[in-house]
Amino acid sequence: MFKWLHPLAKPEILYHFCGRLLPWLMGSAVLTLLFGNIWGLAFSPPDYQQFDTVRIIYIHVPSALLSMATYTIMAIAAFTALVWQIKVVQWAVLAIAPIGAVFTAIALLTGMAWGKPMWGTWWEWDARLTSELILLFLYLGVIALAGAFSDRQTGTKVACLLALVGFVNVPIIHFSVEWWNTLHQGASITKFDKPSVHPSMLWPLLISLLGFYLLMLALFCVRLRTAILQNEQHRPWVKSALGGQ
Amino acid sequence: MNSRRQKRLWSVLSIVILVAGAIGAMLYALQQNINLFYTPTQLVEGIGKDKIRPEIGQRLRIGGLVVEGSVQRDPESLLVRFDLVDTGPIVTVEYEGILPDLFREGQGIVAQGHLVNERLIRATEVLAKHDEEYMPAEVAKALMGIEHVPPSQQTSYGSEGSY
Repeated sequence: MFKWLHPLAKPEILYHFCGRLLPWLMGSAVLTLLFGNIWGLAFSPPDYQQFDTVRIIYIHVPSALLSMATYTIMAIAAFTALVWQIKVVQWAVLAIAPIGAVFTAIALLTGMAWGKPMWGTWWEWDARLTSELILLFLYLGVIALAGAFSDRQTGTKVACLLALVGFVNVPIIHFSVEWWNTLHQGASITKFDKPSVHPSMLWPLLISLLGFYLLMLALFCVRLRTAILQNEQHRPWVKSALGGQ
Repeated sequence: MNSRRQKRLWSVLSIVILVAGAIGAMLYALQQNINLFYTPTQLVEGIGKDKIRPEIGQRLRIGGLVVEGSVQRDPESLLVRFDLVDTGPIVTVEYEGILPDLFREGQGIVAQGHLVNERLIRATEVLAKHDEEYMPAEVAKALMGIEHVPPSQQTSYGSEGSY
């Protein structure tokens, strides 16, 4: 079933594969982000009770969703890396962690900037906010653990294990607003019901979300290529790929 | 799949399942501590099978909807008193200070303070909740008959007669 994936486990082939994807991903990410954010921030209508403050949604919701989506990708990669011990997948775990950490930080900071004018507080230790903060610490923990061992191979394995075990937190973040009383409101778009956002605000939001996804994949390609080059720097194919520099 | 991979698969899976189970059990046990606030029903009738009620003088948070027509302001000070409700009993909150912009009758709020008596909380902080529905003002007016005036356009407080 996964036969088509096998060639991509070879660093050289994956390097060139990511190189071919990158311009398309980056180009479409820039276009959709510009389109979605300009529509959302400048042309979508203000909310009936939050007025213009609601526009933070076009940054906050995509980055919060991406912080969890990125973690899911990282956890799947970590699982694959632990069981099949494929080198490029191990590098992929370490390549994607900082991207997720930045999305989580953006989600937390924009959430605070939104919470102050609307709720009346920068921070409250409610279940949603706390579990998202734990997600940031999990990302930072994965990055730190990978570098904490003198043997790089051990460090990577331990980091993969943390990345995988930490996945427990992702459903907790998602369902925190249903399981417990929280200050944070319930889900608007990631639910089975009809989204509770009016179409005039939903469309720019979904386009921004697509832009964030594409941006994450593009950054992942960049970081994975760098990781492959760093790890394979003494191989002859790297010299020829870089034009014999 | 060869046997070494299979062994790794089982050990990794069992670690994940054990950790998930441990965290799940912990969260279940701590359920009441993770809830940010009491609802008026929980405050008055108690929580769970044992009907545990908070003690008088205990610091707590209470969350509910502001009862329509219950907001009373002291004309001399910032003191405000209002009722909160969820599905049944009503409790009263006293607060001295500036309320958030979203505070209005019918709005969900969370107040932190201490319990003065069974149904009265003296709050030191009032936070406003908002729901997950987002829509333009015209749609809200057509759908729900709500008309909200942005703070910058309000002439004085009480322009809608409510607060």
